[in-house]
Amino acid sequence: MRLRRHAWPLVALALAVAYPLAARALGQEFYVGFASRVLIMALFASSLNLLVGMGGMVSLGHAAFYGAGAYVVGIAATEWPAGLGAQALAAWPLAMAVSGALALAIGAVCLRTRGVYFIMITLAFAQMIYYVFVSLKAYGGDDGLSLAKRSTLPGLDLGSDTAFYYTVLVIFAAALVALARLGGSRFGAALGGIRDNEARMESLGFPTYRFKLAAFAIGGALAGLAGALMANQNAFVSPNMMHWEQSGVALVMVILGGLGRLWGGFAGAALYLALEELLSGFTGHWQIVLGAVLLLVVFFAPRGIAGLFPGKP
Amino acid sequence: MTWLLFLEQCLNGLQFGLMLFLLAAGLTLVFGIMDLINLAHGSLYMVGAYIAATLTRATGSFLLALPLSIAATAILGMLLEVAVLRHLYRRDHLSQVLATFALILIANETTRAIWGVQSLSLNVPQALSGSVHVLPGVAYPAYRLVIIAVGAAIAALLYLLVTHTRVGMLVRAGASNREMATAMGTNIGRLFTAVFGAGAALCALAGALLGPLLAVQPGMGENILILAFVVVVIGGIGSIRGALVGAVLVGLADTFGRAFIPLALKHVASTSIADAAGPSIAAISIYLLMVVVLFWKPQGLFPARG
Repeated sequence: MRLRRHAWPLVALALAVAYPLAARALGQEFYVGFASRVLIMALFASSLNLLVGMGGMVSLGHAAFYGAGAYVVGIAATEWPAGLGAQALAAWPLAMAVSGALALAIGAVCLRTRGVYFIMITLAFAQMIYYVFVSLKAYGGDDGLSLAKRSTLPGLDLGSDTAFYYTVLVIFAAALVALARLGGSRFGAALGGIRDNEARMESLGFPTYRFKLAAFAIGGALAGLAGALMANQNAFVSPNMMHWEQSGVALVMVILGGLGRLWGGFAGAALYLALEELLSGFTGHWQIVLGAVLLLVVFFAPRGIAGLFPGKP
Repeated sequence: MTWLLFLEQCLNGLQFGLMLFLLAAGLTLVFGIMDLINLAHGSLYMVGAYIAATLTRATGSFLLALPLSIAATAILGMLLEVAVLRHLYRRDHLSQVLATFALILIANETTRAIWGVQSLSLNVPQALSGSVHVLPGVAYPAYRLVIIAVGAAIAALLYLLVTHTRVGMLVRAGASNREMATAMGTNIGRLFTAVFGAGAALCALAGALLGPLLAVQPGMGENILILAFVVVVIGGIGSIRGALVGAVLVGLADTFGRAFIPLALKHVASTSIADAAGPSIAAISIYLLMVVVLFWKPQGLFPARG
């Protein structure tokens, strides 16, 4: 049976909706939390894919915005536990706003450089922010900050893994739709043009710097949202969330899944985390196998998982 | 602050800077000539340190283990180049990042499988465990002085090699314009393997020398790798001279930051705040240095590309 192309996302959504029911029927409720983690990392990777895949901006500092979003949730819940700080509808948008503003400020400086220098300067800023949080002893410093409970959402008990999973699913689906609309818009087309030939776009009269900065800030805000969700999922935030290796893992997920492909972030995050989960069950030395799989992808699927399927690059 | 403390920190900074230079020299050549972003460079440093620690334990002699570990790591590096990295030169930077990240995972986990998760101890050789009076009344560990001497000697040797020999000329030609060097008939393949082997050897030297001062443990390569990349970018990609200047700058900034920023902070803030924030501000100062250098010189201090 052949499905029309726009039917596939609906099939995926139906599977995702049915997933917790199947997990419960099989007595594997642990995997509901795992699926939430996959979706959150998919959101994080997709936000990076907006920069790297659509805009050609290879950032090795994206975890700064992810971690900042997580800390906004953590700090808000610590400072105002009884008030708005514990409210998802207040803390999560605040996390997006703070991360987006941070990305706007950092992007404004970094986007004056190109190529390898851009990679290194985004890394530098992220590491600086990492060390700031390591030294913030008031919020746990190196040891991180534990959350007493998840944020509260009117009418839903986010403490339940299933309810939290559905919340994450709705947010991820909305973000994916937004990214798809963005990719199809004039803005997305201009961004792709800048990625392929910036000088040409500039001479056509596009304010390329502003376009890139806008994409960088949107990516930062989405990463902040992912961080806010991960803080809730783990009930814990730590500076390690902004360490450069976290940025590296997100970049690996994007390349693994498919650069610039709408589903690339999801495919990469799902494959990476599934391999990690599966292999660590078999052997303590699962990273060797994971490394081998990544090498195979580089040499035999150079355009990532999504690149194995037809669709617009 | 006394002048003695200042002098001691200068020597510490120089020592750390020269070790960073050993790592950055290989990295900048591989980056500049082969246009390869090699994240696994830090893994060679780790492997070198492990081999040195194991051989020291087996033979009982650090001096014997040092050349053996360098040779072994150089061979391993060349094998890696022929088997994997050679096929990445013509690929985009992102594929290189993914592939060398995979190599990091494999290297760290293999190390854990062979040597375990505990860090290995590597002791300073008995003859060098004392201190030396560098100035009347100023004692400084002899081993650190030896490291400085070895680092300075290697830097001088590399400088002569790159600026005054035929091989060095080919290396500079490759860094300046790879296509032109190939067109002029240079056997690029063999040159690349040799450069990679030399870079691996320098990694092992740094790993073995720093082993007694830092912990030999899985993942030890990643933190220093980032510093080495900072050095490469500050100095200018592909430039040995830039790597030396950048490494000493970063080494001094790191050491001075660690030593003096907490002291300075204590004048303006409470001791507990100074102790908490000091090391972080010191770490931040390195990245700030890079941002400032790139602001004034976007291609680094000594751009190599013609």
